[in-house]
Amino acid sequence: MNNLKEIKPKNSINLAEPFVCEAPNDMKKAESWTDNIKYLVVGILFGIVFVKAEIISWFRIQEMFRLQSFHMYGVIGSAVVVGMISVFLIKKFNIKTVSGEKVEFHPKKSQKGQVYGGLIFGLGWAITGACPGPIFAQIGSGYVVVIATLLSAVAGTWTYGLLKGRLPN
Amino acid sequence: MEQFFEAILKPWPWYVAGPLIGLTVPTLLLIGNKSFGISSSLRHVCAACIPANIPFFKYDWKKEIWNLVFVLGVFVGGILATNFLENPNTFVLSNATIADLKALGIQDFSGLMPADLFSLETLFTAKGFIFFILGGFLVGFGTRYAGGCTSGHAIMGLSNLQIPSLIATCCFMVGGFAMTHLLMPIIFRLF
Repeated sequence: MNNLKEIKPKNSINLAEPFVCEAPNDMKKAESWTDNIKYLVVGILFGIVFVKAEIISWFRIQEMFRLQSFHMYGVIGSAVVVGMISVFLIKKFNIKTVSGEKVEFHPKKSQKGQVYGGLIFGLGWAITGACPGPIFAQIGSGYVVVIATLLSAVAGTWTYGLLKGRLPN
Repeated sequence: MEQFFEAILKPWPWYVAGPLIGLTVPTLLLIGNKSFGISSSLRHVCAACIPANIPFFKYDWKKEIWNLVFVLGVFVGGILATNFLENPNTFVLSNATIADLKALGIQDFSGLMPADLFSLETLFTAKGFIFFILGGFLVGFGTRYAGGCTSGHAIMGLSNLQIPSLIATCCFMVGGFAMTHLLMPIIFRLF
């Protein structure tokens, strides 16, 4: 039995550690460049919603953390409700993807990182007024200075990768 | 029809925007078996540009390229919405927030961002360092440490009933409240 574990699956890349991503590509079929246009379109629509609902606004984030407006709570809350119903329906009726694959879900493991990392991100969210999604829409809206925020966020992600082994998790 | 276009140009209410954002979850799952999450794009940028032999960045980022295409779309969406769907009215902010922020020294409430803060001139000051450089660093470091951001945890994770995502989301909020109410008054007093 022990020998079986040593066998590596064919075609897999030799990873130093198992690759865990919160937004993984679980599609089995390889996608071409033209297939990516779908994600570009969804991204564009998403960016438009971000701007039109003023989610990219630093002021709206301040309003949220000061409990002075329901807007952001309504946005996140109703997004979660619609997401929950969708995931429930996909699981319940075993709805397949357009290419006929089974939809993959990933249970998340409880780790200390969700607390420490979550608190750190929260501090950054309130001061920059940006989660990683709205950052891109802010830059698109012409707030050039946010490019600095984005580059710094990349640097933060890189630093986490560097220190990962030494952080409590 | 005219009313429809008028409504599109005005700021969208939460009950329109929220469900549309929620629909991103089944859309991505069904068109390509992709779990919704945005902060991973920052990791893919590291893996593609500056892996530096760090194990965390050694993976096949090309397989995850959809995520980079998606955020490119968010950027383009920002350009389109701002240039072609501009709100004709002035930006409305709650009076209580205006009063609070005025007390901290913010003066310009005309746009989505405080113009006195979000300018290139500010970037090269100590204030800009805290708001953009340090702030951005906390966002990038924190989301990766937490394993996701508002989209990956709060929306995708909660949609899939994940307790770790609920914990992460609560911590995002606690961090945000702490920054807003405890640290920001100190930061603004520095300048």
